[in-house]
Amino acid sequence: MAKYLFIESRDPFDSSDSVYFSELVQGISGRGNEATLFLVQNGVLPLRRGSKHNETIAKFIKGKVKVLADGFSLRERAISNLLDGVEVSDVDRLVELLLEPGTKAIWH
Amino acid sequence: MASGKTLTIGIMDAPYESASSTTALRIINAALEKGHNVNVFAYEGAVNLTMKAQQPHANPVKGTSVEQEQHPTTKDWIAALFKVANGKGVKLDWVNCGLCVDERGAGDWIEGPRRGGPKDFLDASLASDATLVIPTK
Amino acid sequence: MPKILNIVETAYRATIEEQDDTVLWLSHMLKNAGADISILLRANAVNYAVKGQDASGLAFGETKMTHPPEIEKDVEKMIGKGVPVYLVEEDARERGISDMDFISGIKQVRREELPAIIDQHEQVWHW
Repeated sequence: MAKYLFIESRDPFDSSDSVYFSELVQGISGRGNEATLFLVQNGVLPLRRGSKHNETIAKFIKGKVKVLADGFSLRERAISNLLDGVEVSDVDRLVELLLEPGTKAIWH
Repeated sequence: MASGKTLTIGIMDAPYESASSTTALRIINAALEKGHNVNVFAYEGAVNLTMKAQQPHANPVKGTSVEQEQHPTTKDWIAALFKVANGKGVKLDWVNCGLCVDERGAGDWIEGPRRGGPKDFLDASLASDATLVIPTK
Repeated sequence: MPKILNIVETAYRATIEEQDDTVLWLSHMLKNAGADISILLRANAVNYAVKGQDASGLAFGETKMTHPPEIEKDVEKMIGKGVPVYLVEEDARERGISDMDFISGIKQVRREELPAIIDQHEQVWHW
């Protein structure tokens, strides 16, 4: 099975296309692949506790998708009260993940 | 110390139009600081990121002068990335897609980038440890 | 040679002044350079496979556009070169596009098949 690094820069409030990407992440993970979802830019907007899209993120976490959020993007948007299970990260970590052998990186 | 690893990144956004431009530069910066080589393929509007003629400006809303505002230019950020690469003893190979440059009149760029095309991106990708394409909308 | 999947989703972005879709053009160039490339048309880009697109006739004063984009022909050329061109069926139906509307050679796939298609490719580039 392969390693996937999904990078979501769009948010579901602005982009109905986020549904497609969420389904793709779930589908890839459901095939037994290792999946990490790195949220960056407006992609972090659903992470504020109480957001109507918390459930989508919670589903990823429950489905064994590792969910990371870019700390800079969170701080830029004053998001500090995060949904449980999301790990605050940064682009250093993103680079590490990109360079892990056998990783396929897909940016949305 | 150089890691021996290489990351190739394809970018498309013009400066001052998308958050992705800054994120791309952050990723490149992080990779260089970690001692990795980085290849950049600047496609479409991204060829404008390195234009020498970019100038900072004052801000009449904030009442700041040019000096006070210190408005960033992407060409200065990218020049700084070349310095990071030199300092770390790694390579930053920045390719501006030639036809994209021609149609945008973006041929006068800072020291560092070179003209190229899609084959450069393919060759870089095939020789890299990882490839990331950052799309535009 | 790794198998590369180029995903095209944004449609008609600057296609007039570019005279083509720049991601399809890039894909064609990568194929010419030896890449083992496939294309997935999804979202609005499914419209690129529709017959009868016509962007001709544009003029600004005396300056006429003489070579408008011919996107369906670009897609046909790539199919002719052996590039697999996949298209998301549900995205087409949602846009009122039926099988009869498409150029030939398109491989329609369902959304649920996308993970498997992606698994088959070593590189997946989302443009």
